[in-house]
Amino acid sequence: MAKNTVAVIGTGQTKFKTHYADKTYVELAQDAAKLAMDDAGVTPDELDAIVFSMAPTQFMGVNDCDRWATSHVWGTGKPFMRIHAGGATGGSALQAAYVHVASGVHRTVLVVGADRVAETPDAQHVLNLIWDRFYEHDFALNTVTMTALAAQRYMSRYGTTEEQFAQVVVRARKNAMGNPYAHLKGEITVDDVMNSPRVAYPYKRFDICPRSSGAAAVVLSNLDVAKEKCARPAFVNGVSAITHSVFMGDRMGVFSETEFSDHDGEHIAAYEAYRQAGITDPTSQIQVAELYDPFSTFQFPSIESLGFCGRGRAAAISDEGGWDLDGQVAIGPSGGTLCTNPIGVTGLVRVVDAANQVMGKAGQNQLPNVHNAVATAVGGSTQFFAVTMLGDDHATRGRVQ
Amino acid sequence: MSTAIDDNVIHGEWHVRYNYSVGKVAGQFFDGLKQKRILASHCAASGIAYLPPRAYCERAFEPCDGWVEAGHQGVIEAATIVTAQFEHLPPPPYAIAYVRLDNVSTALVNFVRGMELSDVPAAAARLKPGTKVKVVFKDTPEGRITDFHYELA
Repeated sequence: MAKNTVAVIGTGQTKFKTHYADKTYVELAQDAAKLAMDDAGVTPDELDAIVFSMAPTQFMGVNDCDRWATSHVWGTGKPFMRIHAGGATGGSALQAAYVHVASGVHRTVLVVGADRVAETPDAQHVLNLIWDRFYEHDFALNTVTMTALAAQRYMSRYGTTEEQFAQVVVRARKNAMGNPYAHLKGEITVDDVMNSPRVAYPYKRFDICPRSSGAAAVVLSNLDVAKEKCARPAFVNGVSAITHSVFMGDRMGVFSETEFSDHDGEHIAAYEAYRQAGITDPTSQIQVAELYDPFSTFQFPSIESLGFCGRGRAAAISDEGGWDLDGQVAIGPSGGTLCTNPIGVTGLVRVVDAANQVMGKAGQNQLPNVHNAVATAVGGSTQFFAVTMLGDDHATRGRVQ
Repeated sequence: MSTAIDDNVIHGEWHVRYNYSVGKVAGQFFDGLKQKRILASHCAASGIAYLPPRAYCERAFEPCDGWVEAGHQGVIEAATIVTAQFEHLPPPPYAIAYVRLDNVSTALVNFVRGMELSDVPAAAARLKPGTKVKVVFKDTPEGRITDFHYELA
């Protein structure tokens, strides 16, 4: 299946915080669109299509708000689509735009979105409403409780402790200090995490991401446009997404083909993306991983799914600093999703942060010699997994054989 | 009158009502609950017994062609103890578990009741995967998933 090379030629993100009192939802999305277009050096006339990244709209409170945003993100008169895959939305939106360009249908595509998760105080109520009314809705499932269930199972399988998860939070908040866009940041200790109020075992409050508002955007183009516009693009060398049944109970126990607590859909998606990108030894070839990790317990199964170590090994390597900025793979140099979670664009922020590392414009958080970076997104009942490989070279990559 | 930007919000609420059609498969499951029976749909081709019940076996790509009755005992596959109040959700503390009941291939979520939950790590230790639990029905089931809960066996 021959296809066109696809490159990130511009990125944009706003600061993320709880509330934006001085802007509406669509004005936030517009800010990110403008930032990414300016970064890429493209005008609205040069955009062939828009992909809008937005998850449930009940948080920001305007039903199907993509309609509201079309003209604000310079979408009128062009093909426009919204992508929604829960928390995986931003990763899936990027991949939809990738297909637009890789197929040769479009040359230059803008991916953009915004979210305002704290516009309602009822966020976890909204998240409970994603379960069916027949079998699962009545049992207080939401993103906190469903992932707490997975974490308890993971701990039982591998002996991971609450303190080991707490260390993930400490590292994330510290990394976020170098990211001017991050929502939560600062020097905290394992004790701070352990002493924060219990929410749902094993979670304390600090194990859980904030509800963030903000926007992000990416301009993707084919190779001809990239050569004209961008001296150092980030090539999209591999994309893959895997979906599981909504029923978490299908994914545990002796009859299951997948393992709920391992995020093994992410493993399948990662290795398909690696195959496309020519990655055969992820730990030596990938320098940066921007993970969709809204809870402290997400990093270890994700790191293992990405092949950076064996199952059940990530916590011990974390204890030794192996996932620090100077470790074997830098995990979440931006501070990641634990520090910033504007759900409808979080997966896109992961791509922005990973692409910026490859493009050499990650600012204070820039790491040396980044040739390959991976960005993930996870959504639904830990059900949608999207993995995107970004690289500084496309010579032997970006072609599905 | 001037209003600080920070104070200038417009309040809104959504009030939307629904009537969800149950359908045949869930209908049969709910009828079973009225008789204190938990019915799992079964696929002869794959041998899988599903809870929640399905019309179609996703593994064998065949219709589920029978029903098996789940045992009233099972094992925990995953559990958590909730100690924070979420909007419109039950008052804490409460325990939730996915349990694989006897004769069934998949796990079904419900509350675990009748436990002391004040010491959360200690309670979590009592709910480890592999722990045996039993099903406890209401005295007068109504044909709803909330007709039963789990308790430690």
